[in-house]
Amino acid sequence: MNVKALLLCLLPVAGHAQGFAGLGTAVDGFAVPQRGTPFDFPTDHAAHDNYRIEWWYLTANLKSEDGTDYGLQWTLFRSALSPESGSGWATPQLWMGHAAVTTPTAHYVSERLGRGGIGQAGVNADPFTAWIDDWELSGDWNTMQMSASGADFSYDMDLTAQGPLVFHGDDGYSVKSAEGQASYYYSQPYFDIAGALNLPEGEVPVTGIAWLDREWSSQPLGANQTGWDWFSLSFDDGAKLMGFRLNQTDGAHFTSATWIEPDGTATPMPDGAFNAVPLVENGQGVPVHWQVTLPEHGVDVTVEAINDNAWMTTSVPYWEGPVTVTGSHEGRGYLEMTGYD
Amino acid sequence: MLLTVENVQKTYGTADGPFEVLRGVGLQLDAGETLALTGESGSGKSTLLHLIGGLDTPDQGHIVLNGTDIAALDDNGRAELRRGTVGVVFQQFNLIPSLKVVDNIAFQARLAGRYDPIWAQTLADRMGLTAQLNKYPEQLSGGQQQRVAIARTLAPKPQLVLADEPTGNLDEETASIVMDLILELVAETGAGLLMVTHSQALAGRMQRRLHLRAGQIA
Amino acid sequence: MTRATLHALLSHWWRSPLQLFTLLAGLALATALWSGVQAVNAEARASYSAAATTLGEGRYDRLLRRDGQPIDLETYVALRRAGWLVSPVITGRLNNVRIVGVEPLTAPGSMGALEMADGADVERFLAGQGQMFASADVADRLPAFEVIISQNAAPNTAVTDIGIAQQILGRPGEIDSVVIAPNQPASQPDLSQIAPDLIRQQAQASTNVAQLTDSFHLNLTAFGLLSFAVGIFIVNGAIGLAFEQRRPVVRTLRALGVPLRRLVLLMAAELMFFAFIAGAIGVVLGYAIAALLLPDVAATLRGLYGADVSGTLQLRPSWWLSGLAIALGGTVVAAAGALWKLTRMPLLAGAQQRALAMAAGRRAWAQALGAGVLLAIYAILSVTAEGLIAGFTLLACLLVGAALALPFVLDRVLALASRGAKSVTAQWFWADTRQQLPGLSLALMALLLAMAANVGVSTMVSSFRTTFTGFLEQRLTSELYINTADPAQADAFVAYATPRVDAVLPIMFTQITIADQPTEIYGTRDHATYRDNWKMLEGADGHWDTTFAGDTIIINEQLARRAGLSIGDPVAVQGRQMPVAGIYGDYGNPIGQAIIGEHLFETLYPSITPDRFGLRIDPAKAPDFVAALTRDTDVSAAQVINQAGIKALSLEVFERTFTVTTALNILTLAVAGFAILMSLLTLAAMRVPQLAPAWAMGMTRSQLGRLELLRAVLLAMLTAVFALPLGLALAWALLSVVNVAAFGWKLPMYLFPLDYARLGVFALLAAALAALWPARRLARTPPADLLKVFSNER
Repeated sequence: MNVKALLLCLLPVAGHAQGFAGLGTAVDGFAVPQRGTPFDFPTDHAAHDNYRIEWWYLTANLKSEDGTDYGLQWTLFRSALSPESGSGWATPQLWMGHAAVTTPTAHYVSERLGRGGIGQAGVNADPFTAWIDDWELSGDWNTMQMSASGADFSYDMDLTAQGPLVFHGDDGYSVKSAEGQASYYYSQPYFDIAGALNLPEGEVPVTGIAWLDREWSSQPLGANQTGWDWFSLSFDDGAKLMGFRLNQTDGAHFTSATWIEPDGTATPMPDGAFNAVPLVENGQGVPVHWQVTLPEHGVDVTVEAINDNAWMTTSVPYWEGPVTVTGSHEGRGYLEMTGYD
Repeated sequence: MLLTVENVQKTYGTADGPFEVLRGVGLQLDAGETLALTGESGSGKSTLLHLIGGLDTPDQGHIVLNGTDIAALDDNGRAELRRGTVGVVFQQFNLIPSLKVVDNIAFQARLAGRYDPIWAQTLADRMGLTAQLNKYPEQLSGGQQQRVAIARTLAPKPQLVLADEPTGNLDEETASIVMDLILELVAETGAGLLMVTHSQALAGRMQRRLHLRAGQIA
Repeated sequence: MTRATLHALLSHWWRSPLQLFTLLAGLALATALWSGVQAVNAEARASYSAAATTLGEGRYDRLLRRDGQPIDLETYVALRRAGWLVSPVITGRLNNVRIVGVEPLTAPGSMGALEMADGADVERFLAGQGQMFASADVADRLPAFEVIISQNAAPNTAVTDIGIAQQILGRPGEIDSVVIAPNQPASQPDLSQIAPDLIRQQAQASTNVAQLTDSFHLNLTAFGLLSFAVGIFIVNGAIGLAFEQRRPVVRTLRALGVPLRRLVLLMAAELMFFAFIAGAIGVVLGYAIAALLLPDVAATLRGLYGADVSGTLQLRPSWWLSGLAIALGGTVVAAAGALWKLTRMPLLAGAQQRALAMAAGRRAWAQALGAGVLLAIYAILSVTAEGLIAGFTLLACLLVGAALALPFVLDRVLALASRGAKSVTAQWFWADTRQQLPGLSLALMALLLAMAANVGVSTMVSSFRTTFTGFLEQRLTSELYINTADPAQADAFVAYATPRVDAVLPIMFTQITIADQPTEIYGTRDHATYRDNWKMLEGADGHWDTTFAGDTIIINEQLARRAGLSIGDPVAVQGRQMPVAGIYGDYGNPIGQAIIGEHLFETLYPSITPDRFGLRIDPAKAPDFVAALTRDTDVSAAQVINQAGIKALSLEVFERTFTVTTALNILTLAVAGFAILMSLLTLAAMRVPQLAPAWAMGMTRSQLGRLELLRAVLLAMLTAVFALPLGLALAWALLSVVNVAAFGWKLPMYLFPLDYARLGVFALLAAALAALWPARRLARTPPADLLKVFSNER
C-alpha cells in the first residue's frame, strides 16, 4: 500500500491545495467556509462531512511532581474523498489519529488509520465523543476525558475548562492566504489538565494546561504554500497568543494571529502584524528556536523547544512539540512545523 | 644559415650497456643547398637525421633551424616543427594505409594548414601518380609508394627536406628517377635537402657530402 | 589539423570493417551480458516476491470464530475500540479466481499484494469503486472489474478492498478472519473479555522463506558482478586489439607532426563514441536475449518493462543508464591502460622491438607472481575468513588470481605435452600452440571466468533448489493441518479423524531455554513422515529411533552453532540429560529448535496438550475429508489449512527462477566464444608468416586449418578443466563463507557432475564454433600469400 499517497489525501498540509477556486463556489462539490456564518453548538463540535478536511487537535504542557516538563498531543483528522457521509465500508470519510508524548529526552509517537461508516472512528456531537480505535476524547467541553496508546506509551487525562471558547479571525472565519483561502477555526485554550503518562520508565502523574483547536475547511492552503509554523503560547500573566506563518514557494510568508486577553477577549491580527524568525536549527534542519514578535501587544519573546527532536515519524512527517517562552513575556506553549521533510 | 648543428651528442642504452651513437657532430646547411650524409651502418647518420627532424632529442649540443634551437623545444614545439618546417622522407614510406593516395599526398599539408590543391596536383602529375590517386597504398608498387611519400613531404613546401635512404627499398632504375624528382622539386621550392645514404652514386649528385664514422664527421 | 587527423583515424575502420565490427560487437556483447544478467535478476526478484506473497499470507497471527462462522463487523470494531490492532480479511472465489478482500488502512505492512502500482488511484480503491490488484493472467477472468496489474500479486489471486470483496462474493458484512498486526499497544484487554467466541491461530513460522530467498539473491548479485568482470575482460580485449592494430598509424601520424596530446584526446573521443553506440546496441540486445530465453515471456516483459505496458518493448531509463554506464565505464577502464601505453610508445620504431619482447616476458612473470600471491591470500582467507567483506575479498582473490594464473599454467602444461611429442608435426603443433598463447590468453581468461561462473551458478542454484524443495518437503509434509480451538475439540477431532486418514500427527511445543538459547522444543510422534523427510546435516546412527525412544534429542543448526553443540554433546531439558543425535538445517528460522519423542515430551510437560495436528492423507481424498469433517464435527473450514496447495504453488513459482538461470549460462558462454573468435581473427594476419614454413615443408593447407581448429578446442578444453575446480571453489565460497557471514547458516553444497559435463561440452562447442571460421579462412589462404612471406623480407 502506498501509504504516502494515501496520506497525502488525509493530511491537509500536503495535498488538495486547490489554487484559486474562487470563494463561495463549491470545490468538487465540497462546501466552502463563508464569512459571517454563526456557529451552532454542540452540533459544530462534531464532524462536518461536507467539508474536505477537519481536525480536533489537542496539545498540552505538563509537569511531573519533580518539575520535569512534558508535552502531550492528541489529534484526530478527518479527510473526505467526497462530500458524502455514507455508511459501511463504502463511506468516503477517512480518519487518522496521531498521539505523542514528549519528554526532555524522548519523543513517543503513535498513529492510527481507519474508515468512517463502520464505527471504528468518528465524532458525535451529543454527548460529545471523538474517537479512533481505543483513543477517545469525550465530555461536555467543560469537563472532558482523553486517552490514547502506542506500542511504548499510553495516557489517561482529565480536562477542566477555565475560560470561554475563543474564535479566530473574523468570528471564527480564519483567512489562510492573501488570495482568501479560509477555514472555520475556534479553540478552547483554557483547559487545566491532570492525569498519568505510562512510559517505558513507569507511570508519571502530571498536571498542566491544554489547548484544543477545532478547524475545518475544504481548501485551506494556497497552491504556492508549502507548509506552516504554528505557535500556541500561554503567558504566565494569563494572556495567550495563537500565531502562524504560512510559507510560500517564493520565500515570502503569510502570517495571522489572535491575541487573547486573560478574560478571553480575542483580537485578530492582520497579515504582517505577527512575526516569527527562526534562530537555531536542529540536526535535521528544522528550526527549534524562534524569535516571535507581536509589536502591537509588546510581545518580543524567544521560543525554545523542550526537546529538539520532537519529529512526528508518522506517514506524513512533521515536527510537533512543547516549548518554553522567555523575553518580554514568560510562559509555555506548543510549536508545530510542517513542510520540512 | 638555414640549419646549424653544433657538437651534438647522443647515447642509447642497450643490453650491453650505453652506446655512444653521436660524439659531437657539427654541420651547416643553407637554403637551396643539398647535402649528402654517408657512412657505414651504425655510424649514426639516421640518428642525426631524426634529431634534426625533431623526432628525437640530443643529449648535448644545439640544432638551430631558422634561428630556433630545436633541442630546447618541448613535445608540442617539435610536433609543430615536423608539421610545418621540416619534411621527412622515410625509407619505409610510412604512408597511412587506410587513406587513398590523393589523401595521403594532401595529408601533411592539411595538418600544417597549408594545403594548396594546385600544388598538390602538380606534385602528383610530376611524380606520375595521376592514375593512382584513388588507389590505396597497398595497391601500389614500392617505387610508387615512395613517390607518394615524397609528394606528401613536399606538399606543405617545407624549408628543409630530410631524406633517410629514400631509395633504399627501390631498384636502381626507379631509384634514379625518384632521385631526379626530389632534386628537381627541392630546387624549385628553394628548400634545403639533407639526405642520408650509403650509395656513393647518389651522394655524388649532391652539392656537398659529409662522411660520418663512429659518431663523428670524418 | 583535427579534421585531417580524425579523417586518418576513422579511415582505418572504413578500410577494416571487420575490426570495427569486432570492437563494436565486443562492447555490445559485454553490455548485453550485463543487462541480460540484470534482467534475469529482476525476473528472480519478481518470482520471489510473488512466492513470498503467497507464503506471506500465513505470516501473521489471526483470529477466527471458534465455530467457523464469519466474524461480524461489530466484533471487529469492538476489537479495534479495545485497542487490538487487527485488520479484517475475507476470501472467496469468483470465476475461479481467489478473491482476497483486505482493509488497506489497517492491514499490517506487506500483507497481500498491496504494493500498489503507479496506476492505482487510492481514492477509487478506498471509495469502493472496484479496483483490484492481480497478476496479468487473472485480469482476463475478471472482465467486469478495473484490474491493476501488479508484479507482486500472488498467482491466481486478486486483492481488493474488503467492501468490494464482500459485495462481489455476495457476503455483505462478513469477515472470515482478522489479522493481528505484529506491533500492538503496550497494554490491551484479554481477548476473552472482548470477543470470547474468537480463537487465535498462530502464524505459520515454518513457511517464512525470506531469509532463504535473501540468500539466493545475494548469490545471484555476486554472479551478476562476476558476469560484469567477464564483460570487462572482453571490452579490455577489444580495445587493446583496436590500439594494437593502429600502432603503426599512430607512429606515422606523430612523425608527420600531430601532437601526442591531441592524438590521445581524439582517440579517446572516438572510443567513447563507439562505446556509446555499442552500449545502446548491447542494452537492447541483452533484453532481447533475456526476453527470448526466459520462460513465461509475457509476464517477464511486463515485469521488466514497467507494469502498465503490455507487449510493447519499453526499456526503463535506469536500465539504459546502467547499461551505458557499463559500456562507457568498461571502455574508460580498458582504454586508460591502452592510451597510457600509447603515450609511452617511442616515436621511433626499430631497436625497441627486443625491449618490448623482454618487457612482455617480465610481464608474464609478474602476472604469475601476482596470481600466486592472490591465490595464497585466498587459501589463507578460506580458513580464516569471517564476515561479508572478508568473504567478498576471498572471492575477488580467487577469481583474479585464477585468471592471472591461467596463461602460466597453460604454458607449463603445453611445455610438458611438447616433451612427450614424438612426430615432427606434433612437436611443431605444441610449440606453435605455446607461441599462440600470449595472443589468446585474454580470451581464454574470459572463457575461464565464464565457465567458472557457469559451474558456480549451476552448483549454487541447484544446491539451493535441492535445499529449498527438501526444506519445504520436510516442513510441509502433511497434506492438511488442523487448528483446534480447545482440548475438547482436539479430542473429538482426533477420535473422528484417526480411522479416516493415514495418520494424525499432533504438533505440540513449548518455549524453553537450552544452553542459554531461547528454543522451541517439539514433542514428535514416531512416524515415517519424519524419518523419510527430515534430512540431517549431521546425524548419529539411528537418530530417529533413539529420539522417539526418548533417549536423545535432535536440534537445529542455529542452536548447534550458537551453543557450540555437536553430535553426542549432552543437553539438559527439564533437568534431564540427553545426547544430541542429529542436527538439521532450519533455513530462515531466527531461533533455536529441538525435537524430542512424543512420550518424553508428555512426561516432561504434562500440562501441554496438542491443539494443532498434521494429517497424512491421499491428496485426492483431502477435499472430501474436509467436507465431511466440517459437516460431522464443529471444526470449521477456516481451521483447516491445505498445505499441499501452498507447497505446490510456491514450488512452481520458484521453479521459474531456477530455469531462468540457464539464460545466464548461455549468455556468458556466447560472450566467451566471441572473445575467442575475435582473438583468432586478429591473430590470423600474424599467422601467415608463422604457418608458411610449415606449408613449405609439406603440410597441406587443410591440414593446417584442421590443426588450427584442434588447437582452439584443445586450449578451451584445458581451460575448462581449470575452470571446474575454480567454479566449485567459487560456489563453495559463496555458500559456506559469504552466506554464513550474511545469514548465519550454511547452504549445503551439492555436486552435479552431469551439469558440469554439459557445460564443458557447451564451452568446447563455443570454442570450436569460434575457431571454425578463422580456420576455414586459413585453409583457403592463396598460396601466393604464403609465398610472399619468403619473397618479401619484412
